[in-house]
Amino acid sequence: MSKLGKYTRRTFMVGAAAIAGGVAFGVYRAKTPFENPLGRDLPIGSATFNPWVLVDATAVTLVLPHADLGQGVHSLQAALIAEELDIEIDQVQTTFGAPDKAYYNGGISGEMVPFMPTDDSRTAEFARSFAGGAIKAFMPMMMTGGSSTVPDSYLKLRQAGAMARETLKAAASAQTGVPVSNITTKNGAVHLPDGEIIPYTALAKRAAELDPVQDVSLRPSSQWRLLGKPMKRTDIVAKSTGTQEYGIDVKAKDMVYATVRVNPAKGSGANSFDDTTAKSMRGVLRVLKIKNGAAVVADNTWRAIQAVNAIEFDWKPSTYPAEQADHWAAVEASFVEDKLNGTPRDVGAVDQAQGTEVIAEYRSPYVAHAPLEPLSATILVKEDRVDIWTGHQIQLAVEEKIAAITGHDVSNVHLHNMFIGGSFGHRLEFLNIEQAAEIGNAMRGTPVKLTYSREEDFAQDFPRHITMGRGRGRVDQGRVVALDLELAAPSVMASQMGRMGINMPMPDAMLHSGAWENPYHNLENLRIRSYKADALAPVSSWRSVGAAPNGFAFDSLLDELIHAAGADPLEERIRLMGHDTSVKVLEAVGEMSNWGAPLGPNKGRGVAFVLSFGVPVAEVVEVTNTSKGIKIDKVWVACDVGQVLDPVNFENLVQGGVVYGLGHAINSEITYSGGHADQRNFWDAEGMRIAQCPEIFVKGLENASKIRGIGEPPVPPAAPALANAIFAATGQRIREMPFNKFIDFV
Amino acid sequence: MDITVNNQVHSIDVEGDMPLLWVLRDELGLTGTKYGCGVAACGACTVHVDGVAVRSCQTPVSDVQGAKITTIEGLGTPDALHAVQQAWVDLQVAQCGYCQSGQIMQATELLTNNAAPSDQEIDDWMNGNLCRCGTYPRIRAAVKAASTLMKDA
Ligand code: FES
Ligand code: FES
Repeated sequence: MSKLGKYTRRTFMVGAAAIAGGVAFGVYRAKTPFENPLGRDLPIGSATFNPWVLVDATAVTLVLPHADLGQGVHSLQAALIAEELDIEIDQVQTTFGAPDKAYYNGGISGEMVPFMPTDDSRTAEFARSFAGGAIKAFMPMMMTGGSSTVPDSYLKLRQAGAMARETLKAAASAQTGVPVSNITTKNGAVHLPDGEIIPYTALAKRAAELDPVQDVSLRPSSQWRLLGKPMKRTDIVAKSTGTQEYGIDVKAKDMVYATVRVNPAKGSGANSFDDTTAKSMRGVLRVLKIKNGAAVVADNTWRAIQAVNAIEFDWKPSTYPAEQADHWAAVEASFVEDKLNGTPRDVGAVDQAQGTEVIAEYRSPYVAHAPLEPLSATILVKEDRVDIWTGHQIQLAVEEKIAAITGHDVSNVHLHNMFIGGSFGHRLEFLNIEQAAEIGNAMRGTPVKLTYSREEDFAQDFPRHITMGRGRGRVDQGRVVALDLELAAPSVMASQMGRMGINMPMPDAMLHSGAWENPYHNLENLRIRSYKADALAPVSSWRSVGAAPNGFAFDSLLDELIHAAGADPLEERIRLMGHDTSVKVLEAVGEMSNWGAPLGPNKGRGVAFVLSFGVPVAEVVEVTNTSKGIKIDKVWVACDVGQVLDPVNFENLVQGGVVYGLGHAINSEITYSGGHADQRNFWDAEGMRIAQCPEIFVKGLENASKIRGIGEPPVPPAAPALANAIFAATGQRIREMPFNKFIDFV
Repeated sequence: MDITVNNQVHSIDVEGDMPLLWVLRDELGLTGTKYGCGVAACGACTVHVDGVAVRSCQTPVSDVQGAKITTIEGLGTPDALHAVQQAWVDLQVAQCGYCQSGQIMQATELLTNNAAPSDQEIDDWMNGNLCRCGTYPRIRAAVKAASTLMKDA
C-alpha cells in the first residue's frame, strides 16, 4: 500500500505519532482566478489529501516539505501559508513533514518540454501541463532542486492557508451562530463583531468535524502583509547562535560514530584491505566491509577517521579513463553526427552567413559541490523499523534505497529530514544513505552516526560534468550576424538517474540549457547543437547544472563577436535581444552600473546575460588589472523572477550565487589521475574567500509573467561576465575555467 | 584530564592529541562548533581559547588544559544574544548557516581587539573562514553593525 493511504483527513502522521483530534488542511482542488486551467495542479476528481496546515488544541503547525539547503525556503514556505492564514510567523510551529508522494514537486516538471521558458503560448503551456501530469503519474517526486521551490509552492501553499482560514471561520460560525461574512481573522485567531477573539487552536476540534472549505480566492499582492517585504527568517536566530541542529549534529542515546573509506576510483571495489592496525586502535568497535570499501565504527568520529586512515586498501582500477587528458579527449571526439543530442535552435542559415568569421573554443572543468557540512547520516535499524536523520533533496527515494538494503518494507523506513549545511546538488545523491543503511544494518539496535571526512567528501563527490563548446560566428558592418555554438559533454542526467535506477536514453536538455534559451530573437542566424559524450567519471547536478558551462561558452562567444564587430557589449546585446523582460534586465544592469561611464586606469568591465531556469539574469563585473593580478571590484546583477517574495533573502541568494559562480570560475576544478580526484580538501579547490569577494549590487525586477526561483540563475552569467571584464581590462581572452591557470588574481 | 568550556569544568578521558573539535562535539555534545575540513582551511570549527580565536580541529586537547575555552554556545544564547550575534540576526547573514558559528567567533575576537575595523582589516581577519554559500557581503556589513552595537552598549 502506498504511504498515502495511511493519511485520512483528520489524522495526520508526524513522524510515528498520529495526532488525533486536530485538523489538517490541504489542497483538494487547485482553483484560483490566476491559474491557467491547463496547468491545474491536481488531476480533477483526485481525492489526494496534501496536508500542509495542522491545527490542534495546542498549536498551529505548518508542514513544509521542501528541504532547506540554506536557501531559506523553510521560512518562505511558512510565510506563503501564514500570509493567507492570517497568523504571524512566530505564532506557528514548523516541521519538514514525513516524506510522502502528496508533496510531489509540481514546479520541477514544467520545463522539461521543448519550448523556450519564455514562450507563454497555449501550445507551450499545454505541453508543460502534460509533462507535469506525466511526471506525477510515473515518477512522483518529493524533491527540492532546480530552483523549483517557489514555483511549486507559490499557489498551493497560499491556497492551503486560505482554505484553513475559511474553514476555521466556518467552525467559529458553527460554534457561535455568527455568519461567516461577519467574521474576520487576524494574529492566529478569529474575531467576532462583538469583539470576542477565539484562537485557531480553540476551534480545532470543531473544524475537524467540517468539510474543509475548498473554494477560496487568493489575495492580490497589494494586500500582502508578509510577502514581498523584508522578513525575518525563521531559522536566523538558531543559525546565529550555534543552536540550529543539522544532520551532522544529531544525538541519540548510546549512539556510536562511523566513517567510511571507499575506492577513490568511484564505483570500483577493493581487491582486499588490511585492517589489523585499525582494529586495535583505541575506541574502534567494528571494522565493516561495505560496498567498495570499509567502514569503521568507533566511540568518537575522530577515532573512526584515524582508524580508517590506518586501513591499507588494494583498490581495483577505475572503470572510467584514469587520466584527465583522456576525459577531455573523449569529449573532444564527440562532436560527431551520431552523438548529436539535439539542435534546440536553428534560426536563419548560419552556414550561409557572410562577414568576418570568429572561431573560438571553451572549456569548463569538473567541479566539486563541497558544501561546508560534509555528508553524514544517523541511522537506527531495528527489527521492525528504520529511522534515519539526514538532510536530503529527494526524500522518498532515500527511504526506498534504505529498504532495498535492510530488507524492511519501505513503509517502515522513516526519514527525518534535517536542515542542511549547504548542498549545491550534493544531497541529490545516495552514497552516504546507502552506506548508512549498510552500517546500521550491521549494527542493529544501535544508533550510528556516519560522518564523512572532508577528504572522503571530495573523493566521493560526483562533480559537475566537463563541457567543451566550439563556437563560430560572423560579424558584418558593426553587428553580430551569426552565432553557431556546438556543445559537448557527458550526460549529467543519465549519470544521475542511472544511480536511481532510471534509464535515460533520451536527449539530455542539460547539455544545452543556458545556451539555447537565451532569447536573442533579433540575431538572424543562430544555431545551438549539443552532443552527448560517452559516460566518463560519474557526474551530478551542480548548482545551475548545464547552464554554467553552456552559458559560459555562449556568452563568451557572443562577447568575442561583439568585440570583433566593434560594437558596445551592452548595446549590442540589447539590440539582439527579442524579449522585453530580458531587455529590461539588460537595461537595468546598465543603469545600475552606469555602463559607459569612464573608468579609472587599468579597469575593465564585462557584461553577460544568461537565461536559465526561466530567469533572465544580467551581470556586469568590474575588475582592476593590478601589478599583483586581477582584482574583482564590483558586480551588478539585475534579474527577473516575476515576484520577489522576500527581498532580503533574495539579495542574499543572488549575492551567494555570484560568489559561487565567480569563485569556481577563478580557482576550482576537479581533475583525475589514476582514476582518483587530485583535489582532496579546500586547499586544493577553495572557491571564493572574503578577501576576493567584490561588492555585489542586486536588483530584482518583477515584469516576468511567471514566478521563478532564484537559487541557481545568478550562477551562470558570473564566469562569462568576469572573462569579458578581464578581456576589457587586459586584452587577454580567457576561454577555459578555472581562470587562474591563465592569469593571477589578487 | 580536565578542560573548562563555557565556564564549566569537564573531566574527559581522551588521548592528548585528540583535536579539541571532536572533544567538544562527540565527548561533550557541544555541536554548535562545526567540522568542515579538519585541516584549518575553513574556520567552521573556530572557538576562543583564552579569548583568542583558534581552529579547534588543529588544536590538540592537551594544549588547552587549564585554558578558558569559549564556544558559540558560551558566547550568547537565543534569549540573550551577544552583540555580534545580534548583528548577524539583524543583517540576516546566514543561508545554510553552517559556517556562521565560526564566522561569529572569528569576528568577535576581531571586534574585541579592534572596535572599528576597516574594510581591509575585516577582509584580512576573516579570510580564513570559508562560506560556501557566499554570504561575505553580509558578513562585512554585520561586522560593522556589531562594531556600532558594541560601541553603543
Ligand atoms: S574544520 Fe577546522 S578549519 Fe575547517
Ligand atoms: S552560510 Fe552556508 S557556508 Fe556560510
